[in-house]
Amino acid sequence: MTYSATTLWTIVLILGVGTYLIRFSFLGLVGNRKMPDWVLRHLRYTPVAILPGLVAPLVMWPEATGGEPDAIRFAAAAVTLIVAWWWKNMLAGAGAGAVTLTILVWLAGAT
Amino acid sequence: MASTTRNSAFRQGVLAGLPFLLIGVPFAVLFGVVATEAGLNVAQTIGFSLLVIAGASQFTAIQLMTENAPVLIVITAALAVNLRMAMYSASLQPHLGEASFGQRALAAYLNVDASYALGIQKFEEEPDWPVIDKLMYFCGTMLFMFPLWVIGTWVGALTGDALPESLDLDFAMPIMFLALTAPMIKTLAHLAAAITSVIGALLLSFLPSGIGLLIAAMIAMAVGAEIERRRA
Repeated sequence: MTYSATTLWTIVLILGVGTYLIRFSFLGLVGNRKMPDWVLRHLRYTPVAILPGLVAPLVMWPEATGGEPDAIRFAAAAVTLIVAWWWKNMLAGAGAGAVTLTILVWLAGAT
Repeated sequence: MASTTRNSAFRQGVLAGLPFLLIGVPFAVLFGVVATEAGLNVAQTIGFSLLVIAGASQFTAIQLMTENAPVLIVITAALAVNLRMAMYSASLQPHLGEASFGQRALAAYLNVDASYALGIQKFEEEPDWPVIDKLMYFCGTMLFMFPLWVIGTWVGALTGDALPESLDLDFAMPIMFLALTAPMIKTLAHLAAAITSVIGALLLSFLPSGIGLLIAAMIAMAVGAEIERRRA
């Protein structure tokens, strides 16, 4: 890269301040005021509306296979979801998914 | 009594945050390696992790900088990746809004994917926790993650060696977030929102990083809220 040190620091600082303002936005400025019911109703769906979409491309086009859809990783993701949902337990789901991934990768390598 | 609860909320947060170190630390080391290889010095690299604290957007910035993209493009693209955090901020407001300005300013600094996801899950489980307990839990999740994110970056920047990827850690991130999200799906409205989010994010993935996800999430929230309204 050909940026000067000043430019590099400018980028770091602007990204830092900008990201902070994004994070601060509603939490900081709305503060203690109660938001209208229709807004709160939408906000109740924020985690389930954003976290699945955040990881969906990583499951669909995993880095490990160079972006090719991969049955092993689909299976691991499915096991994770089912176990975590059924037992309402994150660690159980993550553990089951990790074990599934490890075993299937090993089996695929062994054949 | 109150302080006992507070300690316990903090401790619960710390414990809940530990598994996420498995994703965060290797990612931080890798960032240190990639950023210094791209031409940043150690201080600039650490500055990134200390000020931005957002892996995906840090990698986006470095990627564009290795291509010598115009500064405005670097900044816009990297900030776009972080726009989802405005939604995290809005979603945390009903739970943490009563905290003091300084406390909210601190929570905003520590508002990342892992702390948000862990925090909001706990707040939905324990809506009646006093705001200070919610805050303690939220900050607890970052007790190790935040310093190790910075130290990991530093180690990567100094050594230039990424951690071995023999454990398929690339897939640890999806697994952790899927496992965390699945138990939050409690109603048809949640399920519809989650499915909309997945389909939307995949269909809109051709858009610049972060923008597609933001649009997909807004549609998914509307779907969830509308189903709730009609069934109420």
